[in-house]
Amino acid sequence: MSRIEGYGRVDRSRTVTVTVDGTEYTGHPGDTLASVLLAHDARPLGTSVKFGRPRGIGAAWVEDPTGLVQIEEPFPEPMVLASTVEITDGLVARGVNGQGRLSDVADVARYDHRHVHCDVLVVGAGPAGLTAARRAARDGLDVVLVDDRPEPGGTLTGTETIDGRPSREFVADVVAELAADPRVTHLQRTTAFGHYDDGLVLALERRERGASRQRVHRIRAARVVIAAGAIERPVVFEDDDRPGVMLASAARDFLHRHGVLAGREVVVFTSDDAAYSAAVDLHDAGAAVRVLDARARVPEVWARRCAERGIEVSADTQVHGTLGDDRVTAALVGAERREVPCDLLLVSGGWNPTVHLFTHVGGRLGWDPALGAFRPAAPLPGVEVVGAADGTLDLAGCLRQAGGADAPHAEEEHGEPTMVLWRTAGEPARQFVDLQRDATVADIARAVGAGMRSVEHVKRYTTIGTAHDQGKTSGVVASGITAELLGRPIEDLGTTTFRPPYTPVAFAALAGRARGDLYDPVRTTAIHDRHVAAGAEFEDVGQWKRARHYPQPGEDMTAAVLRECAAVRTGVGILDGSTLGKIDVRGPDAAVLLDRLYTNMMSSLKVGRVRYGVMCGNDGMVFDDGTVLRLADDRFLVTTTTGNAAPVLDWMEEWLQTEWPDLRVRLTSVTEQLSIFAVAGPRSRDVVGAVFADLDVGNDAFGFMSWQDTALDGVPVRLARISFSGELAFEVAVSSWYAPALWDRLIEAGRPYGITPYGTETMHVLRAEKGYPIIGQDTDGTVSPHDLGLGWAVSRKKPDFLGRRSFARPQNQDLLRKQLVSLLPVDAATRLPEGSQIVHLAEDGRLPAPPVPMLGHVTSSYHSAALARPFALALVKGGRERIGEVVGVPVGGELVAAQIGDTVLVDPEGARRDG
Amino acid sequence: MQLIACPWCGPREELEFSYGGQAHVAYPADPAGLTDEQWARYVFFRDNPKGPFAERWAHSAGCRRWFTAVRDTRTHQFVSVGPLAGSEATP
Ligand SMILES: [Zn+2]
Repeated sequence: MSRIEGYGRVDRSRTVTVTVDGTEYTGHPGDTLASVLLAHDARPLGTSVKFGRPRGIGAAWVEDPTGLVQIEEPFPEPMVLASTVEITDGLVARGVNGQGRLSDVADVARYDHRHVHCDVLVVGAGPAGLTAARRAARDGLDVVLVDDRPEPGGTLTGTETIDGRPSREFVADVVAELAADPRVTHLQRTTAFGHYDDGLVLALERRERGASRQRVHRIRAARVVIAAGAIERPVVFEDDDRPGVMLASAARDFLHRHGVLAGREVVVFTSDDAAYSAAVDLHDAGAAVRVLDARARVPEVWARRCAERGIEVSADTQVHGTLGDDRVTAALVGAERREVPCDLLLVSGGWNPTVHLFTHVGGRLGWDPALGAFRPAAPLPGVEVVGAADGTLDLAGCLRQAGGADAPHAEEEHGEPTMVLWRTAGEPARQFVDLQRDATVADIARAVGAGMRSVEHVKRYTTIGTAHDQGKTSGVVASGITAELLGRPIEDLGTTTFRPPYTPVAFAALAGRARGDLYDPVRTTAIHDRHVAAGAEFEDVGQWKRARHYPQPGEDMTAAVLRECAAVRTGVGILDGSTLGKIDVRGPDAAVLLDRLYTNMMSSLKVGRVRYGVMCGNDGMVFDDGTVLRLADDRFLVTTTTGNAAPVLDWMEEWLQTEWPDLRVRLTSVTEQLSIFAVAGPRSRDVVGAVFADLDVGNDAFGFMSWQDTALDGVPVRLARISFSGELAFEVAVSSWYAPALWDRLIEAGRPYGITPYGTETMHVLRAEKGYPIIGQDTDGTVSPHDLGLGWAVSRKKPDFLGRRSFARPQNQDLLRKQLVSLLPVDAATRLPEGSQIVHLAEDGRLPAPPVPMLGHVTSSYHSAALARPFALALVKGGRERIGEVVGVPVGGELVAAQIGDTVLVDPEGARRDG
Repeated sequence: MQLIACPWCGPREELEFSYGGQAHVAYPADPAGLTDEQWARYVFFRDNPKGPFAERWAHSAGCRRWFTAVRDTRTHQFVSVGPLAGSEATP
């Protein structure tokens, strides 16, 4: 037990029990899993990924490359650092041997997002961050202060003096001042993990209470102050991966935060001054300590403090290796590898400013030889880097830099400069650089030997810096060793790129509440519940749920669709067509606009009439189609395909605003306001006539491609004689508020005629039997109206419209363009899979020698009730010239013969549309 | 996630906007009078400069209005935004 009286800020009045690898340990609120394990001198946590070497706690926070655990309770979480897990009663964890594993239990916790806007975001609540936040708050600004640790104060241990008082009192004072300011938001346990354009920072809050377990704060700040501190870096030596080898600052952290002495017999190996404070503090807490300084000159002030305590200090001395089985038992010192017994070997090779958030937004780093580290080289607009993150490592300097005119004061410390020491002499294959990846100096040498010259290549070749810690301790060291091996200065090599996230973030947190039903909006029509009640199977069309078919007991889709098709062709069916895009086009120049957008003439359409229209892009390829109703001289209702509702509106707006702003037209989407039902089949007139008794629905009074307004119990209803099946049909449109009532009335009135609700699959079959293409299914953006046989819908009278000029290009005149045709499998039995290739058959009906010429592909394929056989639509090179020809379609290794035909297979003379 | 200053709405996040390509490429006055190559140049060819580039943007998830912006293609920084020439309203 290494808990030291009088040290640490854990709450010793309360006990918390956790279980690690089956053993129960007790700790206190404020402990981490790492501090509890160290307090109990626990065995190593696990083994390394490649060589199975023992792994323990290497640092006290997110930079630890080794202390990984798998959390089992209260919530399964793979591969987290023991140093960052705050203990709670009942916590169960295991050390990670090799690799972690994903949980097989669903994550039922809630995660959410919050949008925050502020004048100043300060990242880091150490002395520099607190001072910067206080300064901004005193300037009257909206301030957000985030810090990833459980408590504010950064690395202040309490032994420092600020403004003449103990540093923890300074921290408490600033925190209280910020808490009293309503314009300040101060969040601990909140990691700013990504920094993006224009002051956007994403921060993950690990919440202690509230409805969600974690929250992502999406902070948009006018100014970002990065006060993220610095991370101590190790020196690489032989067997530097043994448990018991630790960053010097970490041991000090465990002592002052948790009251835990990480070792009794301590060797401190350093090339900078900061590690001396660890030596002194651990000595004062009861450890036997000796210091090995790689530098020739020992800093005077520290030499004196050590001498006062009887701490032996050796200058110009390096550790070359270690001894021990499960944990370190001795340091091997100097070239003679003198054994110095120890149970804790603290290492410090200087400090790397935590510049991640600075580089996320393109900040450039430069090597600072005086600092012996990379630091921000040039300022970024809207971004400020202060304190250790900027390379200001002394407390007095941090306060001065962050504080401005009323900066707090601390005593200056004068020491010796850091010596840059990447590694000591030894066997490269046992000098571990990335302890998580088991990557060594030998691996870097191999990368360099293989010709790698860039640190980015070395990183990928060796995997150094690609583990959970993303090289927080190993990245710059790897650059340094690579530079040494190449005989080049490190400033030429730079560092690898730091990318978000700074620390691992669960996908669940990024997803927030956008999972399951909330992942993407679901759009349902006004009568969705009627479809559900009728047993519909739905298909997704964009965000819409559309009824695909309505299977009766025992029916599969094929059977249901055949039944629905037969009902429409012989009786009456009803389809919910409400998802069609609908655009209200209004204004004195509405007809002019539509003439320019559609291939056909719309200005000649009379009020009361309906016209089918095709839209092309400037390239002359079909973009969308639909019907156009002329409601008045200055008003049209345009329908679009379901999937193109938004793109068509955008397209129309674009031309109206950018090219023809002189046209007086307004466009309004009415897709959701208007519900449309298609009542189709020879008995549709009976049904519609029964519901709208005062309307003359006879063919003379209500002809094909015309519309009429009427009312039902005072509710306006619009009917149109439009058919997408070739049958007599009425489209009935009503405000969506009244759609359920209208649907019920139509169903009720249709009961004597066996009215059958039909879905999109049946609609597809019926239209295909008539050769009506579906844009996006039978077309792919390379298909012109003429390719589809829609030349009749292309005006010859209009001088211009979008796409017209492209029709005259030689490519559009090519007789071998793919054209829409029908395909009838000769065996009258095989349904050709959509997407199948179509090939030319050799004389003997077999596949010709490769390369087999491709003629086209199948675009739509169904069983037809009317034809009592399967049929298909296809795009075939020079297809209309080939009508009657038999071609081959490879299906599952067999070659199926199919005959090319005209697209209209049912009722080619169009006798059925008027009933 | 950049902020783009819509001339009508002010700075909004880029996902509210859609890109409309190079600005000031007028629809030809007489397409039928163009050669195939001239027409193809209008339909398919656009500049691709390294540096300031005048572009059309639409505030699709906001006011739905099109505007012109000059953006530096090296940095993505918006140099200026303004209403379209000839549009009836100014912000
Ligand atoms: Zn706007």
